[in-house]
Amino acid sequence: MSKSIFKVRKSGLLSTIQDSGRKGYQQYGIVVSGAMDPFAMNVANFLVGNKGNEAVLEITVMGPAFEVLDEAVIAICGGDLSPKVNGEKAPMWKSFSVKEGDRLEFGQPLSGARSYISVAGGYDVPLVMGSKSTYLKAGIGGVEGRALEKGDVLQTSGKIKGISGRSLHPDEVPSYKKELTIRVVLGPHHHAFTEDGIQTFLSTPYEVTPQSDRMGFRLKGDKVEHATSADIISEAIPLGGIQVPANGDPIILMSDRQTTGGYTRIATVISSDIPYLAQAMPGCTIHFREVTVEQAQEVYETNDRFLRTLEKVSVR
Amino acid sequence: MKLDYYPLGDTGIQLVFGTEISEETNQKIRMFANELAQHPIDGVVEWVPAYTTLTIYYLPNKISFNTLKEKLEERNEQQHGREADAASLVYIIPTYYAGPDLEFVAEHNGMSQEEVIDIHANKDYLIYMMGFVPGFPYLGGMPEQIATPRRENPRAEIEPGSVGIAGAQTGIYPLESPGGWQIIGQTPVKLYDPTGERPILLESGHYLRFVSVSKDEFINIKEAIKRGEYEVETEEKKVSVHEVG
Repeated sequence: MSKSIFKVRKSGLLSTIQDSGRKGYQQYGIVVSGAMDPFAMNVANFLVGNKGNEAVLEITVMGPAFEVLDEAVIAICGGDLSPKVNGEKAPMWKSFSVKEGDRLEFGQPLSGARSYISVAGGYDVPLVMGSKSTYLKAGIGGVEGRALEKGDVLQTSGKIKGISGRSLHPDEVPSYKKELTIRVVLGPHHHAFTEDGIQTFLSTPYEVTPQSDRMGFRLKGDKVEHATSADIISEAIPLGGIQVPANGDPIILMSDRQTTGGYTRIATVISSDIPYLAQAMPGCTIHFREVTVEQAQEVYETNDRFLRTLEKVSVR
Repeated sequence: MKLDYYPLGDTGIQLVFGTEISEETNQKIRMFANELAQHPIDGVVEWVPAYTTLTIYYLPNKISFNTLKEKLEERNEQQHGREADAASLVYIIPTYYAGPDLEFVAEHNGMSQEEVIDIHANKDYLIYMMGFVPGFPYLGGMPEQIATPRRENPRAEIEPGSVGIAGAQTGIYPLESPGGWQIIGQTPVKLYDPTGERPILLESGHYLRFVSVSKDEFINIKEAIKRGEYEVETEEKKVSVHEVG
């Protein structure tokens, strides 16, 4: 039985329902979408007793304001966008209860760029091609295929009651820095760049520009030099793929990227570093560091084991 | 045939089948993808066929890059020497050729509008890949005689179902979007229906044929689609691919 839990008083900059994305339809040109920071999404869900990939609310930089319509257990994870309940600082990375009449709102962005609000039982929106994720350009998923607007009412399935007061160990809470090192696996088009081009890419800092969104992050820094043309015959582009068009400025492809593209890609960000990247605001500095695919998969193992342990203790 | 394998980070692998766009390369990619669909590999999430590549996404906690690569190499070996009986489908796309740019395309190529229609329709175009926007087919094989550059002033809004030409390419807009293609016609068929039972009509590796219909037929089909009483016609087409290794 679904129940109404939030009424939107203020929409915020960009607040959308997201889960782990639309899988299995990329061969038909359907964009994956999904939470930009999957780690925060998973943890937010586990803390309230949901499955890790249940839909959450992704809010961006300037968060929304809600009136709580019914009792619910929620958690807020990811960037610190100053969450408050009835004017008092609300906890992060910890599940807590809200009740009818409470006001949940956000203030100044203090760290990171995106925060995730989970609710026990998940948000009750229809599945479109197996996912609740909002993809604005095609107008699908989430609330009528769009971002939240003032007056919207969000519902939960109400199936899971949830437990409040569960938190992530402080040592495990990620810190989002202004300067970050992002690990990449080189290729597949590294041969399209000069030796100098690859060196430049791996040894000089790049700044995240304001032309960065859920589709991709445009970077500014020393130009990456091509040895051949910057265009390729169109092919699939993965999450974290780093495309370098003829102008030499790298673009990192994120959740709402198109499924295919025609620019050379110098490297791919490893999946374990995507959550940190997702929290980078314009102005942040990125240093790229090369790792092998074997090393990347070791890091993946470790992170995955951690999430599975968390799942075991929290989902019932 | 030896393939090249590249890691795409820790969750993707790209198989390179060739360096040039050709029907044969595309059919090999389709055969490989069919194998994946019929005999799934544990840990593989999905795959994306393109002109010269097949990209496979997987879960590293289920299968490592090296193990997956070995398995794919094995499959490729097994494929070796096999002549594929690759029955493809041809999707029949009824098209009302009265687009706003039909006249321009005719003038640009020094022919009549009827000639443009004759050349464009009743021909099987290979769907090389899907992408760009949901349900958009990258079609190959349009005759050069009707090639026309993109519009100098792109339109802010192009209706779904618009059939257009851009350079030597032809295609159909699956959803409303801005664009610079020369619009020569309109199909009532829905290529993209996100909440439908079959969200995407077309599939890469198959073929598509435009068939010219009158305005009345166009309206009738459109009404039938609204009532849920229309199904796109398909024909089987034999394509044989020799694996010469």
